[in-house]
Amino acid sequence: MLYREAGQFKTTYAADQQLFPIRQDRIGMAILLAAVFVGVPLAAATPAIAGAIDFNYWFSGVLIPFLIFSLAALGLNILTGYAGQLSLGTAAFMAVGAFAAYNFELRVPGIPMLASFILAGVVAALIGIVFGLPSLRIKGFYLAVATLAAQFFVVWALTKFGWFSNYSSSGVITAQKLAVFGYAVDTPVKRYLLVLAIVSVMALAAKNMVRSSIGRAWMAVRDMDVAAEVVGIPMMKTKLLAFAISSFYCGVAGALYAFAYLGTVEPAGFELELSFRILFMIIVGGVGSILGSFLGAAFIVLLPIFMDLSAASIERSFGFALPAGLVSNLTLILFGALIIFFLVVEPLGLARLWQIAKEKLRLWPFPH
Amino acid sequence: MQFFFEVLIGGLLAGVMYSLVALGFVLVYKASGVFNFAQGAMVFFAALTTVGFISMGAPFWLAVALALLAMVALAFFTERMVLRPLVNQPQITLFMATIGLAFFIEGVAQLTWGAQVHALDLGIADEPIAWLMDNTGMNISKFDLVASGIAAALVAVLAIFFNKTRTGRALRAVADDHQAALAVGISLQRIWVIVWVVAGFVALVTGLLWGARNGVQFALTFLALKALPVLILGGFESIAGAIVGGLIVGASEKLAEVYIGPHVGGGIESWFPYVLALAFLLVRPEGLFGERRIDRV
Repeated sequence: MLYREAGQFKTTYAADQQLFPIRQDRIGMAILLAAVFVGVPLAAATPAIAGAIDFNYWFSGVLIPFLIFSLAALGLNILTGYAGQLSLGTAAFMAVGAFAAYNFELRVPGIPMLASFILAGVVAALIGIVFGLPSLRIKGFYLAVATLAAQFFVVWALTKFGWFSNYSSSGVITAQKLAVFGYAVDTPVKRYLLVLAIVSVMALAAKNMVRSSIGRAWMAVRDMDVAAEVVGIPMMKTKLLAFAISSFYCGVAGALYAFAYLGTVEPAGFELELSFRILFMIIVGGVGSILGSFLGAAFIVLLPIFMDLSAASIERSFGFALPAGLVSNLTLILFGALIIFFLVVEPLGLARLWQIAKEKLRLWPFPH
Repeated sequence: MQFFFEVLIGGLLAGVMYSLVALGFVLVYKASGVFNFAQGAMVFFAALTTVGFISMGAPFWLAVALALLAMVALAFFTERMVLRPLVNQPQITLFMATIGLAFFIEGVAQLTWGAQVHALDLGIADEPIAWLMDNTGMNISKFDLVASGIAAALVAVLAIFFNKTRTGRALRAVADDHQAALAVGISLQRIWVIVWVVAGFVALVTGLLWGARNGVQFALTFLALKALPVLILGGFESIAGAIVGGLIVGASEKLAEVYIGPHVGGGIESWFPYVLALAFLLVRPEGLFGERRIDRV
């Protein structure tokens, strides 16, 4: 009873091919976009609401990292979820993006910020192609190890060669001031809007990409690469394109991570731990789903915050201090248990649960 | 030249330690087709449990026995909670499940025993052997030599177990063909528990040796990552491959650090084994001793 799509007929090819064929979905998406683009900043600007909630914290501590991790998860999902190539090197490609954007800003005078973000993505894509080359010959765990090589090599190279970080000690870089078309993006709200705009455009592109011929080729390779090759899908082009586009997304996410979220990053911040977190996002959210990337990122970003908050409230209401490290270890245990839980119970993650719920609600209360 | 041999032997001995970790992987992979990413976490857990019991006042042998008991419990838990529900799933799914398992074990271990670094004393001094030092001038640690001896003994015991006992033969049967093993009446679930117990035992030995060397600390979990290039070089299915791969990785990473490292800024140990393994994969995708995979539609 959520809504009924009865009476909506597709009479043209264009109608058949549109992104959201059901009118209510289109309206829902429009409302969602209006809410996040207009509603949230407006609420933050309203003194009555802004007084009750600490919007600066919410923007820079929750929403911006959520959006950036969504973008990185989207990138990994293209590679692992759609093209079926397991990657443990996501953080490395993010690092490439972050340092590339920094260097473009530093060394090319007057380059627009968005251009340097795009170029950072392109550089990450090139590195992605290099480390994707082994995928033509090996697959499965062997490929996972190849991507681990990317992870360690990139972090090592960025630390060792001072040129990348403009010879700062231990490779720490401080991102330049964020500005778009000469307009300074200096408050959390503005940063949020910029990140949101970039993520929205790239998510839309990804959504369209995975239902085009290249997306179908990726899925064919994922489901059985030998069969895909037999029916004439060019293996080299398909796999390398998956690596390139995935790395492009991760690279842009990395640039945003440095410029819009942290401000100061070092190569050691892009450790394997971060790659695993992004892998967890797509497992929890849904492997092979655009929506799942967002749901998983939200879940993994919010879970530690929720754990900290509940620990703080337990401490306050019972009046004793929890031992140091307890919460972080419990979070670790919970992460591990959740991964296993999702793989066992719902391998397609939160996105699949959402789909089931929607299906149930569509027919409720008459399920036949 | 003498310096070369010193580095080479030091690397080979370090490689033995890598082989031990890789051995745990191979055992589990052979019997259940699971690429067990949690092996490093198991090493950490086993060593931490031993040290924890020792710090509670238990004698060394009792602490080791209790730690072994904990590994057995872990094996039962893993079989029941992870492997059984995921039977017949793609290997990648199982692999990701073991990443989750690794996080779970790390959390439990630190929650139970605390996160600080513990020292572990096995009573073997980590000092150069005086005789070798005097006669050849080479600096070879006594501890490394004893550790390799223990590793060799462990491999011998495992070889006997796999070749001469009934259970060991059942394990090999499962490794060869799950269906056929089931048909002749081998219980897969029992075999999985046994193989995880054996992997836990190997993890315990590894944890004690590495822990005595570097201190029992969280960094032990990263051993799993060191074992990956070893596995690639040696092949996932071969115990001999794990040993040879470990030796190659140990020796080559030390030699590369000494001879190539200074030219590119040093610290290449972190990624050199991976690149070596990668280069190797391009020539021989199934590793030195692995089984050639045949793809069918």
